[in-house]
Amino acid sequence: MTLLALDWLLIIEKLVLIAIIVFASLGIALYTTFAERKVAAVLQDRPGPERAGPFGLFQPFADGLKLIMKEEIIPNSSSKALFVLGPGLAMTAALMTCAVIPWGASVQLFGRTIDLQIADVNIGILYIFGVVSLGVYGIMIGGWASNNKFSLMAALRGASQAISYELAMGIALIALLMTTGSLSLKTIVEQQMAPGHLWNIAYQPLGFLLFFICAMAECNRTPFDLPEAENELNFGYHQEYSSMKLGFYLFSEYVNMIMSSAVMASLYFGGYDIPFFNEALLPQNIAALVGVGALLIKIVIFIFIFMWIRWTIPRFRYDQLMNLGWKSLIPLALVNMLITGAWILAKL
Amino acid sequence: MEALTSRSVQVSRKPMSLAERLFLPAILKGMGITFSHIFKKQPTIRYPEQRREFSPVFRGLHVLNRDEEGRERCTACGLCAVACPAEAITMEAAERLPGEEHLYREEKYAAKYEINMLRCIFCGLCEEACPKDAIYLSETFAPANYNRKGFIYGKDDMVIPNLKTDPEGFAKAKGSPRNN
Repeated sequence: MTLLALDWLLIIEKLVLIAIIVFASLGIALYTTFAERKVAAVLQDRPGPERAGPFGLFQPFADGLKLIMKEEIIPNSSSKALFVLGPGLAMTAALMTCAVIPWGASVQLFGRTIDLQIADVNIGILYIFGVVSLGVYGIMIGGWASNNKFSLMAALRGASQAISYELAMGIALIALLMTTGSLSLKTIVEQQMAPGHLWNIAYQPLGFLLFFICAMAECNRTPFDLPEAENELNFGYHQEYSSMKLGFYLFSEYVNMIMSSAVMASLYFGGYDIPFFNEALLPQNIAALVGVGALLIKIVIFIFIFMWIRWTIPRFRYDQLMNLGWKSLIPLALVNMLITGAWILAKL
Repeated sequence: MEALTSRSVQVSRKPMSLAERLFLPAILKGMGITFSHIFKKQPTIRYPEQRREFSPVFRGLHVLNRDEEGRERCTACGLCAVACPAEAITMEAAERLPGEEHLYREEKYAAKYEINMLRCIFCGLCEEACPKDAIYLSETFAPANYNRKGFIYGKDDMVIPNLKTDPEGFAKAKGSPRNN
């Protein structure tokens, strides 16, 4: 009976945590679509959606309902299995990131200490990198399976963009990892919470800037939304998609945005750390909950900045995109890495 | 070569400076501009609840006027139909019978008076042509309809409600948003 020797409570606890985090992410993503429309409207002197429910708060449900009610079209000449797989893959890859993000410190519940993190993998950042790289398969497969030249062009662009910017992102991260000495996100956050230690943004400002730009490119957000350039490629890789499949693609973009905001907050802005406040003063459970709130506020701020940038800057031209990625970001990231190395040596 | 216009500008082909190549200063400046728009006044008029006022000279749907005692002013002289450049107006005249003096002001009146709102160009020439001040253009416009017949407005659509017996209907037909 070795099976029963498993810590069943731990499995239940993790399953509940997974359910909560996945549904919370989806709920936040739902309202991120609403926030996107509102932010866009406010930045353009418009009121934005305000008819469905008080202040238009039911608008995301109306949008979702609309997408579900639409006719589901699978083109005859598409590769059907891949066509269906594409949006699911995009969504799965987007959601998988949330497994290693520390959403808060541990809480005491029913005599058990529960970490508010699904899995404290000691290679958390590598895992995130792997999953984020998988995200491009959603775009690739979607664009390829549609059997449409515009979709294929968009998929090509998406793939080349993701590859170019992942390089700079990785090098920017290496500099950070040299200072932290750990790949576990939990350890990185706890280091930043330690007294006398500032947030990593203070040690890695250039690294953060590079990471932020690359994260924007990885999420396919304007000004890096070349894979879905409406006016050049009709609609990009999801042109042939309709109904909830299209919804999944659009939705996974928002989930991606939330996850990269969470990663940036954890890596550079102290994660669930409350600035200028010692969490040890509060009871453990309350401190953990306030910490989750602090992380959520940081995520919201990042999402606002993402949107603010989207509604300010037009899209890059393809050659500008490649120039920026290969000729500016990667050299800068390398310089940043060298400076960090020199700084660490000087400290020794 | 002489320039064709005094407004031509020489295109600058200077290589970009470092600040320009970095994009960041320009991007931050742009973000400042968009952020300032958060606090700007929205010009939006939330339509069904709020309506924009028409100008005082707005020419909308026609009304057939009544005199001070509530009698129809129109005598079916046909001058409006003649003046109408779109040929939208048709009418049939009838003679006032004894006992109808409280309904019609003069001996002759319009038994049928129709304007095809799809033909009408809302020029207001009928208003100018009328010698009896019987037809006016109000400050409302024709609502949408499902068939063409619905756009042929008859007397029951256009004769203005009596101000004394039905002041609300009068205000509605007059169509000034200030009264709505």
